[in-house]
Amino acid sequence: MSEAPVGSYTPQELMVAAASREILDGDLVFVGMRLPILAYAVARDAHAPSARGLFEVGLMRDRPASAFLGTMGDPPNVWGALWATRMSNAMALMAQGNVDLGFIGGAEVDRFGNLNTSYVGDPARPKVKLPGSGGGADIAILSRRWVTLMSHERRRLVERVSFVTSPGHGDGSSGWRERNGLLGGGPAAIITTLAVLRFPDGGGETYLASVHPGHTVHEVREHTGWDLKVAGDVAETAAPTEAELAAIRRFDPDGFWTRP
Amino acid sequence: MPMAQAIERFVSDGSSVVMGAALEPLIPFAAGHEMIRQGRRELELVGPISDSLFDQLIGAGCVRRVTAAWVGNVSEGLGHCYRRASESGVPRAIEVHDHSNFSISLALWAAAWNVPSLPTRTLLGSDILRTNPNLSSSEGLVHVAAVRPDVAVVHVQRADDQGRAHAWGPLGITEEAGLAAERVILTCEQLVDASVTLSDPNRILFPETKVVAVVHEPGGAHPSPVQGFFGRDHAFYRAYAQRSRTKEGFEGWLRELVLEVPDRANYMQRADVQPHAIRHSRPSVPVDFGDE
Repeated sequence: MSEAPVGSYTPQELMVAAASREILDGDLVFVGMRLPILAYAVARDAHAPSARGLFEVGLMRDRPASAFLGTMGDPPNVWGALWATRMSNAMALMAQGNVDLGFIGGAEVDRFGNLNTSYVGDPARPKVKLPGSGGGADIAILSRRWVTLMSHERRRLVERVSFVTSPGHGDGSSGWRERNGLLGGGPAAIITTLAVLRFPDGGGETYLASVHPGHTVHEVREHTGWDLKVAGDVAETAAPTEAELAAIRRFDPDGFWTRP
Repeated sequence: MPMAQAIERFVSDGSSVVMGAALEPLIPFAAGHEMIRQGRRELELVGPISDSLFDQLIGAGCVRRVTAAWVGNVSEGLGHCYRRASESGVPRAIEVHDHSNFSISLALWAAAWNVPSLPTRTLLGSDILRTNPNLSSSEGLVHVAAVRPDVAVVHVQRADDQGRAHAWGPLGITEEAGLAAERVILTCEQLVDASVTLSDPNRILFPETKVVAVVHEPGGAHPSPVQGFFGRDHAFYRAYAQRSRTKEGFEGWLRELVLEVPDRANYMQRADVQPHAIRHSRPSVPVDFGDE
């Protein structure tokens, strides 16, 4: 598979390709919104032909929709579904530990993978009121592992989030999730516009695992709001392949999600 | 019953109203807009995610409290009226009871089953437990207190005049919303004969005893999608996000597409809804209710 040259794809397209590689064949994926919808489509097309998608609106699918989706509830996502149902049924599967991977969008993330999508500043008088959890907190607590995608900026990758909407590894201490009764394994990766950050087995603090082509470790650390740890074997993120790019552009023909 | 009459009779100032329970599809925009035109005040809005409708009611000053998992614009991001109200009390301050999608579903099931609360493992470790007084935790479980709305407004594909609704596609938290609410207002694409709804009782959404009004309002969910009838109007959501960025922009939008709109037929022209009508039919195979 040939990798596309730097400059022939957008940061969002690379993020979709990187996210799609988190999906393993046979996974049940809690898909979420925006770029992950495309990531599921690319994975299903490329390397995970038997991955199923679960959508909190109340849908299960074994293939991407045949037309562009603005939301998971769009009519093309319903036609050809394996199951059209109520949300509590989709949540039942996740509560039973059947969801292998979830995707969550975040406005702010901290070094322990906690996400804030609720309030910047004091909740009683917020500086910024963000939309809220949606299904984010549910995925963070109940899915077996999860991945978040966001723009890599100092104001988004912060030392500690001021409000934990969707818990990651809490205070970073060993066994925090288990001690607090959280069922799933927590965040596995933070995929940004510059890099992929991962977590040690068993949780704790995130570290820089790979830097996207055309960017540097120094640049990633400059745009991170804490002293980011760097893996000894830090790599370059694999660029999207021509096949992955073709799939992304088939499912997002006008660049609604990937060419903003 | 005409929309204006249904809202006049069954949604009073101070009511707790659940809308948009199916998440992105079937959002009863026409009903919400009628509440704005009639100048409803002090409403509590209840729902999972609200794809722009709650934002509009907040911007119009109708809302005292939001009990929801998410308020914004699903394809565009932030809800600008929600931000102005929360951050600077414009046009008025609102109270927010945060939930997750799962916990708002449980809050409505608790009300539907007439119990004070339901236990769950979701929200453990989340600060939502700190800010919402209706959530608590003990011994490794979260207790979600019942949320009992006065009225649920639900848009469906078809209904008969006795309140039997058929809806299809994903339902989100529609069933628990209707059962939890004191009463249900249906708005529908098609008003059909009872012989149609009763031919498939499995598909009837609510007990007819809950339903107090059936409003025939084709296109009443625009810009949200309705399986078999309308696709989602992404451009309309984008335009709303752009215009609602400022208070003045929102007020202009509100005048043009809500306050000066005499009825839904006029709205359908102003908003150019028809191009989003579904053109390819995909009927399911009927089931056989043979009984002897």
